[in-house]
Amino acid sequence: MAWTKNVLRVNLEAGTCTSEPLNLQWAQDYLGQRGLATKYFVSETDPKVDPFSPKNKLLFVTGPLTGTMAATGGRYSVITKGPLTGAIACSNSGGYFGAELKFAGWDLVIFEGASPKPVYLSITDGQAELLDAAHLWGKTVWETEEIIKKQHQDPQIRVASIGRAGENKVLYAGIVNDLHRAAGRSGVGAVMGSKNLKAVAVRGTRTDAYRLADPEAFFATTEAGKKVLAANGVTGQGLPTYGTQVLMNVINELGALPTRNHRDVQFEGAMAIGGEAMHEKRPTDGKANLVTNGACFGCTIACGRISRMDPGHFSVKDKPQYHGASGGVEYEAAWALGAANGVSDLEALTYANFLCNEDGFDPISFGATVGAAMELYDLGILTREQIGFELPFGSTEGMVKLAELTAKGEGFGKEIGLGSKRLCAKYGRPELSMTVKGQEFPAYDGRGLQGMGLAYATSNRGACHLRGYMVSPEVLGIPVKMEPQATEGKPAMLKAFQDLTAVVDSSGLCLFTTFAWGLSDIQPQIQAACEGDWSEERLLLVGERIWNMEREYNLAAGLTCKDDNLPPRLMKEAAKTGPQKGAVSKLDIMLPEYYQVRGWTKEGVPTADTRKRLGV
Amino acid sequence: MQKSLHIDPNKCTGCLQCEMACSWEKYQSFTTAKSRLKVFSFHHEGRFVPYTCTQCDEAWCVIACPVDAIRLDPVTGAKIVLEPTCVGCKVCTIACPFGTINYVAQTGKVQKCDLCDGAPACAKACPTAAITYVDSDWTGLDKMRQWAGKTDTNPATV
Repeated sequence: MAWTKNVLRVNLEAGTCTSEPLNLQWAQDYLGQRGLATKYFVSETDPKVDPFSPKNKLLFVTGPLTGTMAATGGRYSVITKGPLTGAIACSNSGGYFGAELKFAGWDLVIFEGASPKPVYLSITDGQAELLDAAHLWGKTVWETEEIIKKQHQDPQIRVASIGRAGENKVLYAGIVNDLHRAAGRSGVGAVMGSKNLKAVAVRGTRTDAYRLADPEAFFATTEAGKKVLAANGVTGQGLPTYGTQVLMNVINELGALPTRNHRDVQFEGAMAIGGEAMHEKRPTDGKANLVTNGACFGCTIACGRISRMDPGHFSVKDKPQYHGASGGVEYEAAWALGAANGVSDLEALTYANFLCNEDGFDPISFGATVGAAMELYDLGILTREQIGFELPFGSTEGMVKLAELTAKGEGFGKEIGLGSKRLCAKYGRPELSMTVKGQEFPAYDGRGLQGMGLAYATSNRGACHLRGYMVSPEVLGIPVKMEPQATEGKPAMLKAFQDLTAVVDSSGLCLFTTFAWGLSDIQPQIQAACEGDWSEERLLLVGERIWNMEREYNLAAGLTCKDDNLPPRLMKEAAKTGPQKGAVSKLDIMLPEYYQVRGWTKEGVPTADTRKRLGV
Repeated sequence: MQKSLHIDPNKCTGCLQCEMACSWEKYQSFTTAKSRLKVFSFHHEGRFVPYTCTQCDEAWCVIACPVDAIRLDPVTGAKIVLEPTCVGCKVCTIACPFGTINYVAQTGKVQKCDLCDGAPACAKACPTAAITYVDSDWTGLDKMRQWAGKTDTNPATV
């Protein structure tokens, strides 16, 4: 079977690593990765636990298709209780780390307790040990990876680590692997930092780590799947050429690009920071920002951006360490660092993005928090004296300066590290925080795209575009075209997307395949890899079970239907320009219907029937 | 006609489908650590470079082997390690100037690319045609075509 059937349990307090067999019934009920680890997590932790308490746990998990030739089969997830939201946190990453963990023979690594001193976990196949990380503490992600590889004399080790943002408990610190891929959202890196766990270093060389259920069928179905991805306009051309940045101008023209802390829905500087701009030769040095596209493990789409900055740009002029190529801006990062605070300098965004990768913090939450700070400054609530410098909307220098300060917890960066919700509350204007459940919005306006608004309000990890991507029907017409302002049918469509997404996130595959793949493309790949009967119906039931399990956890953690909400700005201040002009979110119409199609009460609680049907 | 692996690093995205395919061919496992072809990432240059044995005509590994464990496949031109004969002395790994023959602790033998009997799994798996299997007399054809396309025999018409 495609699971390794091994769980590594690491007790950070006692300093022990022990192996235990995977709960195979749970693998059958929750598939893997997101679903499986969440099942372990909710079964083992108190939902009321403080996210930074040693009693919170942190789980790294692969899926049954991780480390296989299925296209994009290299994902892993990190599950914990999130410090930004107080809800379930589940962050997904690509790169090469996940596959390496699988080849080492582990489905799941569970960290419990907190280490009395900085440590890192070193895994070589079946051997795991906690090693002293005193020399790594205070180092960036990039330095940490280099030092570990040198120290072990093994350049083939894969490393996932936290930077100074995680150490300093920036509430949206992420975990970065392979230098520029990240389990980026919800502050999973801050929880890692709270446990004094600096890094996980893995080398996997086992040829018997797992077995495919039906290799012949597996090759037939995965090869067919690759052909579908190659022939599709989005996955075959748009994403490799422009990355997710293909969306910048599309969403802007549609009038759904949140700008200046959601004051506007269109950004006059969008053209300068989008996918096309990354290809244009700079007048300064005659080179384009984009060097090439890059793939994660096993990915035949290759949407990743590898960028090189203009070495003469003010932000890096005397900093040669940023003159080489590294992970460039994706759409969400370009939006958050750019449109969300009115900055249209692509080089500055690239630099800030490098810093996010280098020191491990989420560019979405960071950029959106800067946008909120700029609005507080604009209103005169925050002053130059408090911040240390001017911070009007559109201040490239201000955004860059805050990117340099935040991970280190220096100056006003310490307040930016709290996230938008706490920042706005601290200065008496909680309504200016563009968040749901404490997590910042990504790059689509909930007024311009009604379904995305509902998706944000109901996402189990706070505002997120990766829990139910209603942009697909509302913009791209996948699987059917839905008008952005329509509400009819959207709750049911969102439920279907959320459940399918939970399946994909539990399989080891990348969600981006779903631009081209439907469940009928994914199901045979899971079926060929995994033992058992994995029909489409069963997979959707698994997805729905996962969604409800996360919901139940959040309810037990103290969240209620009141948290399925959007900021008043989206409900009351109409979009000012563009095709969606005049629109506000119609969440009040869609939410009751959503609860109904979910089989929940009017208070958003799964009914006894729903619980029974799903076996939660 | 003999064929050769032809590698164009500019087309490589670093997805490692080739490494998985190689490992599957020889180990029935996707473990990239076992691949005989490696993709190197030069991250700060934004380059991925697949690298493997070029099947030298006068092969250092063949000459260095004290037990004649590396033989020529006359059809494919591949230099093939005969596992039952190999004693794992590793002299070939020292002799090879390119590092493309390596010891495998698991088997106690060395391994190198053998062109999969004339149907290299890496080339089949590569989604971007960065690795192809082409006429060994014409591995330069693509480059020639590119330069040919730049040739202008009538430069006066500006």
